[in-house]
Amino acid sequence: MTVGLEHYLILSAILFAIGLYGVLAKRNAVIILMCIEIMLNAVNIALIAFSRYITPLALTGQIFAIFVMAVAAAEAAVGIAIIITIYRNRETINIDKFDLTKW
Amino acid sequence: MFDIVFWILAILIVAAALAVVFLRDVFRAALALILLFLLIAGIYVTLNADFLAVVQILVYVGAISILLLVGIMLTRDVHRGNPSGKFRIPAIIVGILLIVVLAFTIIDTNWMISSSPPLDNTAGAIGTTLFGEGGYLLPVEITAILMLTAVLGAIVLIREK
Repeated sequence: MTVGLEHYLILSAILFAIGLYGVLAKRNAVIILMCIEIMLNAVNIALIAFSRYITPLALTGQIFAIFVMAVAAAEAAVGIAIIITIYRNRETINIDKFDLTKW
Repeated sequence: MFDIVFWILAILIVAAALAVVFLRDVFRAALALILLFLLIAGIYVTLNADFLAVVQILVYVGAISILLLVGIMLTRDVHRGNPSGKFRIPAIIVGILLIVVLAFTIIDTNWMISSSPPLDNTAGAIGTTLFGEGGYLLPVEITAILMLTAVLGAIVLIREK
């Protein structure tokens, strides 16, 4: 069976599920940020596979992937800044200890 | 030939993603993540998305990975490593359920595969689609504002009082 759209979509689904597991199960805030990046990359693979196989001349999926990358870069910058600020105040990046808004 | 490249890349991608999630050392997990970003650029090449493969290497391998490594160095909990929380078993169940549901949907759906061949050189076509008539000029401008806000927000958050 030759490689087609389904193969790329299933690869994307597996990658998204691994990222989701990391976000739900991990305690280290930097690892959670890395798993969010994995999930965004999985979505990008699905978008580009749709663009390649369903609308190869319109390139809409690739344009969306560019915007996803831009938002991912902004998200990583703000996320790392938040984690470093909390680490400064609390001396930990274990999210079980992040209860700043809980009272 | 193309099929072999896809299968090698797919197996390595899944292995690298599992390494990010399961390695004990946070720094090694970050290195596995950089390998994952590089392999995904390879997947983009197999999808005839040459411009996006280059952007992937520039933005993810070049910028985001460095940001994550700096984050690890500034917040290092060496003795704690990369432990799992109390939601480990439910998270595994949710992940497997998600894979099963998505795989069934993907295989069951009758995709309308286009027969026309993909573009050879996508950079020019992406440029005209982004900036041309009836294109995505407004989202591009909004992205610029978003980037400015993110940079200012990061500086304000991280500044010493």
